[in-house]
Amino acid sequence: MLLGLATAALVLTALVCELSRPKLRAAFTRACARFTHACARARGVLLVHSSENGGAHGYDPGRERRAELRAGALLRSCVNEEEWAMYRDLGFLRVWGQSGGRYAYLIYPHKPLLAYVPRTGALLSEYCVAFPDRTRPYGSARLPDSDDVLAKWMALTADERALIADANMHLPGRQLDPERVQRDLERLARWERERAQVSASGPDVTSAAQHAARARHGGLAAGSVRAA
Amino acid sequence: MKLLRMKPGHGEIVLAEGDVEVPEQERELIEAFRRELDAGMWAAVPTQTTGGRREAELVKSFAEVPRDAERVIFFPRAAGGAQAAGL
Repeated sequence: MLLGLATAALVLTALVCELSRPKLRAAFTRACARFTHACARARGVLLVHSSENGGAHGYDPGRERRAELRAGALLRSCVNEEEWAMYRDLGFLRVWGQSGGRYAYLIYPHKPLLAYVPRTGALLSEYCVAFPDRTRPYGSARLPDSDDVLAKWMALTADERALIADANMHLPGRQLDPERVQRDLERLARWERERAQVSASGPDVTSAAQHAARARHGGLAAGSVRAA
Repeated sequence: MKLLRMKPGHGEIVLAEGDVEVPEQERELIEAFRRELDAGMWAAVPTQTTGGRREAELVKSFAEVPRDAERVIFFPRAAGGAQAAGL
């Protein structure tokens, strides 16, 4: 009788321990993090916590900005002048499909590729594709915006079919607002008209007009889907 | 030739740099190239066609890299759908 009760108590204790282990572990982790932050505060260092790998890095408010500047310079060195100006002024790139000019893609940072028909403006499909860096060097798998655009551009111009085969296809409107995309296409058409007019007028006017265009569009990506 | 790698929170980093005509430097470039491919990265060489069109070429071995290429850019492999990334 006593032996039976003792066994039951042991089994019950083991069950309770097993069930409460995740909560205990989480509480222990939180306590450790609080202790680490308290120590860091005492040393005058601000830490950010990585939710994915549990690591902590010295907080650097300029890191993402510097990363984006580097990425922008790399993108600029790879694409042609018109494509760079398009990205700088409008916040997205247009890449023509490999089967002639019947269709094209819009490349937004960290958004799906959007296939459309330039002649009619009809939206064809969204292709969801990402380039996650599993090593998460600063706790994030996301490349800087311009690196994401460049990765898509490289993959698309190198092997359009393979990239599209890897992507998940959806009908337009799943993630990109069709009305907003239509507005971006109108902005693109206007931008191209202005460039054509300016390039026909001479280099001095070109520079002034490009500056005006940047100011009007609010710099990189303002007003585009990216900003949404 | 420069081997560059895109990196979250940083932009590109230079993995290796050398002259492919110098055997020692070429060996180092090849080793760095293999390390990145083994880590699951894609490698692309930005190119320009004779018509002036800019594009890229994906390469799967160092032998596929044009000898006169100035740089090879490594970036994470494409993941379709990428629910975790919010796409």
